[in-house]
Amino acid sequence: MCGIAGLIHRGKSSKVGHELQGMLQALKHRGEDSTGYALYGDTDGKNFIMRFKVGENVGEGSTSVAEDVSVYDERKKMVDSSLSEMGAKIVKEERTLPYSLRYEIDYDKKDLLEFSQRIESIPGVEILSMGKSLEVIKDLGNAKMVCDRYNLDKLVGTHAIGHARMATESGVDIKSAHPFWGYPFSDVSVVHNGQLTNYWNNRRALENKGMRFMSECDSELIAVYLAEKMRDGASLEEGMKESLTGLDGVFTYFVATKDSLGMAKDTMAAKPLVLYESDDLVAMGSEEIAIRSILPQEIDTYDPFDGEVKVWQI
Amino acid sequence: MANLKNVTKKTKAQAMGMHTEVLTGRTQQKFFNPDEAENFYYFGTYDVDFNKRTDLDVKDMTAADANKEIDNLMSQGYGTIVIKNPQGKHSIGVGILNKLNLIFEGSLGYFGIGSCDGPTVRINGRVGWSCAENLMAGKVVIEKNAGSCFGAAIRGGDLICKGSVGARTGIDMKGGTIIIGGDAGAFTGFMMQRGRIIILGDVGINLGDSMYDGTIFVGGEIGSYGSDAVDAELTKSDQDWLKRKLKVAEIGENFDVSKMKKIVAGKKLWNYDNLEPTEKKGAI
Repeated sequence: MCGIAGLIHRGKSSKVGHELQGMLQALKHRGEDSTGYALYGDTDGKNFIMRFKVGENVGEGSTSVAEDVSVYDERKKMVDSSLSEMGAKIVKEERTLPYSLRYEIDYDKKDLLEFSQRIESIPGVEILSMGKSLEVIKDLGNAKMVCDRYNLDKLVGTHAIGHARMATESGVDIKSAHPFWGYPFSDVSVVHNGQLTNYWNNRRALENKGMRFMSECDSELIAVYLAEKMRDGASLEEGMKESLTGLDGVFTYFVATKDSLGMAKDTMAAKPLVLYESDDLVAMGSEEIAIRSILPQEIDTYDPFDGEVKVWQI
Repeated sequence: MANLKNVTKKTKAQAMGMHTEVLTGRTQQKFFNPDEAENFYYFGTYDVDFNKRTDLDVKDMTAADANKEIDNLMSQGYGTIVIKNPQGKHSIGVGILNKLNLIFEGSLGYFGIGSCDGPTVRINGRVGWSCAENLMAGKVVIEKNAGSCFGAAIRGGDLICKGSVGARTGIDMKGGTIIIGGDAGAFTGFMMQRGRIIILGDVGINLGDSMYDGTIFVGGEIGSYGSDAVDAELTKSDQDWLKRKLKVAEIGENFDVSKMKKIVAGKKLWNYDNLEPTEKKGAI
């Protein structure tokens, strides 16, 4: 079933980690196999923030295997070495869990494709997100469990999207959890509720164009699809509108960039979405109770119509 | 009622061996007996006094507890119940088989007012998916917007949304009236079998797709017609009915109904005459 939630503050920052945790926890009955956050924090914009994993948290149906911490350590050394060779300087390093790391990197090149390919050529290493403000954090369990594990409660920023997952199309592990980074674009992330029925056709076509897939989760296709459109010069909104016909199936998805948040709903309107919009805040989720977790007072909400695409700026 | 065992005429489908069942169950043969009316008990109903009013704050209650408390209050004779702080909770106000004035001061989540028969409900907020599903009788008024599958499979009653509604409004409806003050989404009236839908605003794609019967009136623009949905003549009788219905619903009283479009089933897709036993068709 899965639940998605997102919010964007316009003209101010807030504790988006705490707010999104509340929204996703309200949706935990829609799936708590894994939960993911894409948080856009307040930063000085100088350094890249790279969230990556050097191993898996293996759940039911996963094609990955559990490994020893020493394997993770070895991979981390290889990542450090690759960064050094590419001229990327690690400014700050955090290792929240043995398999999950957060680096702040001083790296002056804009093209992240070569950078990402080099890092991910190390077996077992996946970049979860790369950007000047984006941080993707995802792991097994419900929203509160993941929030507590990664200390997300105090993160201050402008906008965020998140996903509570009930695994249906692939196994329970981090690589199949949402959000997906819009590889190789800085600060782009996607969450999705639904099923895509032309996944393999699209995937083959995109792989032939040099795009990369890390999982067999159909939702990853949206991130890659949009990334490819933007690589070819389309704006985010144009790419999203094209996706209404390019992607087949039922879907509601959110996409976020460094300064914007968007939603798209398929032409059958088969997946739910409730939206609240005011001058200083947009909040949306699969169910109204997600919005109520941050706005308990009486508010006006509505369901976007079929085939609707909306984008808001911070 | 004829004894179904004695029905010898075979439909085409039965002759083809597609249906072999014989409808002899208790529900097919036992009917209401007016001689026993004094002893008739309709489960879940109470004698209530509309002037006896109470408030119920459900902020810290689960939906199940809230519904039990509504039932408990009705059993005490309360005929007007005001629900405070529903805060988007799902499945509140379901299964009420009673005359009752039920007022929600706030919004409901999914499946609100499901499977009800008789109450008059006013919701001062919005409602989520599948509001008033399977409504048998009564009146439900939503002051703001409604989600998708609004009034799915209703059999009777009046369902009024003063704002806009999502997709598949009135899907599979078998009676009653749905009135929308704003716009409606895609697949409105999808597979509807009876009843009427009135939309004062615009409506999305595939209006009335695969509808068997019933009527849809649209005041605004239509995204596209669904399979077998066709235009029909808006008669004087239709206009009189629309005016009366909108007035009673307290919505669009000054709306020019003469310019509304009337959509009905083209009945080109019908095939269940040959595939379903006559008895089943009659039950729809």
